[in-house]
Amino acid sequence: MKLDRTGLSLIVVVVMLLVSGPFLPSWMVSLLNVSMCYGIVVLGMMLLMRTGLVSFGHGLYYCLGAYAAGLIDQVWKMPDMLLMVAGSIVATAVVSAVLGLLLAKYREIFFAMLSLAFSMILYGLLVKSASLGSTDGFNVAAKTVGGVAVEGDTLRVTVFSVTAVILGIAAFLLHGYLASHRGRLAGAIRDNELRVEYMGASVFATVHFNYVVSAVLAGIGGALMAVNIGHIDPEMTYWPQSGEFVFIAILSGTGSVFAPLGGALVFESVRSFAYEYSPNTWQMVLGITMLVVMIFLPGGLWSLFTRGKAKEAAT
Amino acid sequence: MGARVVSQFIAVLVDGVVYASWLFIIAVGLTLIYGVMKILNIAHGSLYALGAFSAVSLSAAWFSQGYAAMGSFAMLALAAVLVGLVFGPLIERGLLQFLYGKDEVVLVLVTYALFLILEDFIKLVWGVDPLFVQGPNGETPYGLLGNFEVAGLTYPNYNLLLLGVAVLTGLVLTWSLNSTRSGKLLLAVIHDREVSAALGINVSRTYFVTFTIGAFLAAVGGALTAPTVSVVTGMGAEVIVMAFAVVVIGGLGSLPGAALGALIVGMVRAAAVHYAPEVELFSIYFVMAAVLIARPKGLFSGAEVRKI
Repeated sequence: MKLDRTGLSLIVVVVMLLVSGPFLPSWMVSLLNVSMCYGIVVLGMMLLMRTGLVSFGHGLYYCLGAYAAGLIDQVWKMPDMLLMVAGSIVATAVVSAVLGLLLAKYREIFFAMLSLAFSMILYGLLVKSASLGSTDGFNVAAKTVGGVAVEGDTLRVTVFSVTAVILGIAAFLLHGYLASHRGRLAGAIRDNELRVEYMGASVFATVHFNYVVSAVLAGIGGALMAVNIGHIDPEMTYWPQSGEFVFIAILSGTGSVFAPLGGALVFESVRSFAYEYSPNTWQMVLGITMLVVMIFLPGGLWSLFTRGKAKEAAT
Repeated sequence: MGARVVSQFIAVLVDGVVYASWLFIIAVGLTLIYGVMKILNIAHGSLYALGAFSAVSLSAAWFSQGYAAMGSFAMLALAAVLVGLVFGPLIERGLLQFLYGKDEVVLVLVTYALFLILEDFIKLVWGVDPLFVQGPNGETPYGLLGNFEVAGLTYPNYNLLLLGVAVLTGLVLTWSLNSTRSGKLLLAVIHDREVSAALGINVSRTYFVTFTIGAFLAAVGGALTAPTVSVVTGMGAEVIVMAFAVVVIGGLGSLPGAALGALIVGMVRAAAVHYAPEVELFSIYFVMAAVLIARPKGLFSGAEVRKI
């Protein structure tokens, strides 16, 4: 994989996060933490959108990843952050590989509806499972990272740093994938599936693979969110949560792996400030922002940066 | 033992039909709007909630004047009409008319943004505390109509009202679509928007009227639900996803499909509540997924002509 400008910028951003981590005020650390977790999930949404698919049920994998992390903590009593992330990757990869076999044949509104149905099935199961805390969920806490016990302030900084590194790796790999032969098929599939088939590439296999990748990213985001917030509940797979991911993806645009990361940061900032100053109208602020972006900036916020340049990156 | 099994089975049937009526009233507007405008309207849930909240306010005003409790039914109807006539045209003329022809998924997201806006609008106007449709002495339209008894179980007659409204709505819509001039024009628009416009049908007005009727039906659902529950914020989010299940099972845009979908979801939920309460929610979405897998376009989808 060649180290291009985006790759270099990613490394710079992650290093900057790592260096500044211990000195940032705690409100900013929380804001960045949540943004990074959302950023990882939305990286996956971006990949799906490039393939021409919008999932109204990615909360399924977000929640699954979080519950995998929670179970590793609560049931197997192994509260290791890296183990939790690994567990969420395995769980979401297996489930999405199976569901993907069905979903990879669906398009447009039917894809959105079937993924919605799957995520609501998990919701229906979780709210009725008393052993997992029903609608209240339960608390999750990481006590070791890679086998090393950490606590107190060190833990806070470590969790932040690990999240940043994982985000960097995920974005870096996805960037490489998007530039690869198969990665570039995504846009072709969105434009014309028939031609892709005529060229000898498998639409089904590509859609399936992209679906699994996006699900795993959502799972990692969910597990990291569980560790960062310290609590998980079934709301993570309720449909407004999935809607939120779609929302950020639309807000960001699909031009570059930086788009979802920036979009998630903008979204979280708008939300926390709007929530701070007018708790009853923050959704209204988000809704209006979304309408404005969709009507005036169909390419998302990222298109502001690519205006005037060659449009190939944006489409 | 045998008698108990039978009475429980009858209870499932009755609950199922009542629940199906309620679902049909809500879902039929959704499927109508999708059928004509190809918009899967998430804001339908907000219109439903607006209907419920308006019903609370209007009936509170009615009760506070000391008028006869029976009149609160008129207030429920008035709430639905007001919400339909105010928000339907506002949303269609103010926003949606500029977006026709965009991708279906983009339109879903537009209505999602609208949903977020309306949710907060409701909080701003009515606050966040639970509200009830109730008179000064605790009388509600739910209890006013008396009860009926089936197999030893007592049900409020209000449920019959729900059933009546559902059947009437279905019949009126079917009749006006198939047997009136404007209904036939509407069918032409559904079939081919551009050719209809070329033949002189006012497509923009058709959309306007359809959306207003759809909004009215959502508000009817909300207004009729208001006396039976505590009216809280977030009730729209819960309902809309269930309404999606109904219309997806039946086939998006199909009237008989919405009726069948409502019956299936209603019966499944009633059976789950009585026999296995822990799978209540799960069962609905399980059926939704199963139908989508077996028949991706729903049970009532006909063959589709592919346009190149």
